[in-house]
Amino acid sequence: MAGQTLYDKLWQQHVVESRDDGTALIYIDRHLLHEVTSPQAFEGLRLAGRQPWRLDANLAVPDHNVPTDAAERSGGVDGIVDPVSRLQVKTLDDNCGDFNIVEIPINDRRQGIVHVVGPEQGATLPGMTVVCGDSHTSTHGALGALAHGIGTSEVEHVLATQCLITRKMKNMLVKVDGQLQPGVSAKDVALAVIGRIGTAGGTGYAIEFGGEVVRKLTMEGRMTLCNMSIEAGARMGMVAVDDTTIDYVKGRPYAPTGEQWEQAVAAWRELHSDADAEFDTVIELRGEDIQPQVTWGTSPEMVLPVDGSVPDPEAQPTATAKEAVRRALEYMGLSAGQKITDIRPDRVFIGSCTNSRIEDLRAAADVVRGRKIAASIKQALVVPGSGEVKAQAEAEGLDRIFIDAGMEWREPGCSMCLAMNADKLGAGEHCASTSNRNFEGRQGFGGRTHLVSPAMAAAAAVAGHFVDVRSIAEDV
Amino acid sequence: MKAFTVHSGIAAPMDRANVDTDLIIPKQFLKSIKRSGFGPNLFDELRYLDEGQPGQDCSKRPLNPEFALNQPRYAGASVLLARENFGCGSSREHAPWALEDYGFRCIIAPSFADIFFNNCFKNGVLPIALPADTVDSLFEALYANEGYTLEIDLPAQVIRTPDGSSVAFEVEPFRKHCLLNGLDDIGLTLESADAIRAFEVLYRERAPWLFGSIR
Repeated sequence: MAGQTLYDKLWQQHVVESRDDGTALIYIDRHLLHEVTSPQAFEGLRLAGRQPWRLDANLAVPDHNVPTDAAERSGGVDGIVDPVSRLQVKTLDDNCGDFNIVEIPINDRRQGIVHVVGPEQGATLPGMTVVCGDSHTSTHGALGALAHGIGTSEVEHVLATQCLITRKMKNMLVKVDGQLQPGVSAKDVALAVIGRIGTAGGTGYAIEFGGEVVRKLTMEGRMTLCNMSIEAGARMGMVAVDDTTIDYVKGRPYAPTGEQWEQAVAAWRELHSDADAEFDTVIELRGEDIQPQVTWGTSPEMVLPVDGSVPDPEAQPTATAKEAVRRALEYMGLSAGQKITDIRPDRVFIGSCTNSRIEDLRAAADVVRGRKIAASIKQALVVPGSGEVKAQAEAEGLDRIFIDAGMEWREPGCSMCLAMNADKLGAGEHCASTSNRNFEGRQGFGGRTHLVSPAMAAAAAVAGHFVDVRSIAEDV
Repeated sequence: MKAFTVHSGIAAPMDRANVDTDLIIPKQFLKSIKRSGFGPNLFDELRYLDEGQPGQDCSKRPLNPEFALNQPRYAGASVLLARENFGCGSSREHAPWALEDYGFRCIIAPSFADIFFNNCFKNGVLPIALPADTVDSLFEALYANEGYTLEIDLPAQVIRTPDGSSVAFEVEPFRKHCLLNGLDDIGLTLESADAIRAFEVLYRERAPWLFGSIR
């Protein structure tokens, strides 16, 4: 009999009941909540007269609506200018108070994007099942956890029962061997994988990322990679536990200590696919083949290496594909054959649950250090993923590097990734963004998003157009 | 949840691949703390020519005449015919809430994104995946016939077309059961409360570090 994959093991450890129809009741260890997808779930509990099943499994933090402007932020919840956003954040506070759920509130130093805060606080650990009403919950799979996004009905279901009714996914291995070239990061790997398999390529699968390149990635890099599994269609992505994982978790506020730490580590050491495990699909990439990536269209699969040129609709194989490219070019204001390096961003956004961790900020700072952003850039936002990331960056002097270059150093939150707060693009504006989705209107009505790595966003800010970060020294 | 048994309704086209949940319901409307009222903002950026804001009276906004749902022939549509990977992106359940609030009870496409697919069933909306060539033929028939009406028979698992032909579809038995009866699955899961408690006792022995750290 073939061995088990990492996903098989995680699944098996959490099955409460298997049912004849192929579904199973799966136990949930950690449930993260934020203000956008939880109010209707709490309301559902109230209407049904139900209480949370297990309080200590839940942790809440507001992130989507919070202002990142220091002045507005200083007023806390009451200081949020937009009344609709204010009510939503206030509602999270009230619901957590009413149901006794632990919340990290808006101006707590630990506050930040839920997918940055969870691992950072040790609230998400290897071997856990982790869910949240947010599709980028796949991020937590980087710790060797089974983590995925859920809808609001399921948020209510998890609150009430500590379980989910679900069906086992198929196994996909994305194996990246060899090594990455300098200047190429986990974000480029994620985009290259999506470019290869498409935004529906992972639908129905749990992805495990493996291979030499993944083994050498830091935890921050692994989180970036797993974060974007959903952009490849997979609800979850994961990486096997190794020393990098265990070193990262050790000493985190909610991580186990003493005897329980030893016991936990022994269990976590088993969290890898067996050598003879069989995957339903295997995708292989070579690290040295991956160039810095830039998206040109309105779906993350519309991506090219930075030295590429925008495709021609007429060259597409099917009528649907021709139409999709034609529509994307029209929305993006680009023409077939245009060089990626000729696209000039109006704004730059460095942040989001994909790329707002300390390593991301260091990579961006390395590029802008001692330089100025181009005069044509209207705004370059740097939004740390959490208060802890912000404090660390400030201790390293990264904030000064950004400010001296002409960038804005903000308070933590989701910010311009989805523009639910005041940070947004104007119609027709192009943005070099380290976020995860380039959908129409995502960063603001009529806004045009180009997804890139933090180093590539910083390089575009300095050059005023997309440029291979590896050539920035000569180019600027 | 509204039960779904046999539904007959006008079909409308959403003729593009990879329709994401940002397109189905843009983020500014996610600030609502309610579960209803999203219908007027369904496909907001395609449907109107201006930028929509929460709380606005949408009846006074300029409509995009090219958008299918604004055309008289699709008025009152309750079946949406769509393309590959419908509902990709964000997990927002506001997407099926908006579709349902607008009046859609059934979405037919060659494929769906996983989370969206799951969310539909929680809201009395039936997503049906059919082979791409079958969906192509339905699109052709829909464009050729004004008032093209489909009958979706969930108990029999068939779609009946106006020309009298029928197309069989798959649906998971548990999901079918819940939809047919309009069941709240929290109540069903709580019938297994003893099994969940028994699991927790053993699990706590095996992995005590997973309990009690957050309080």
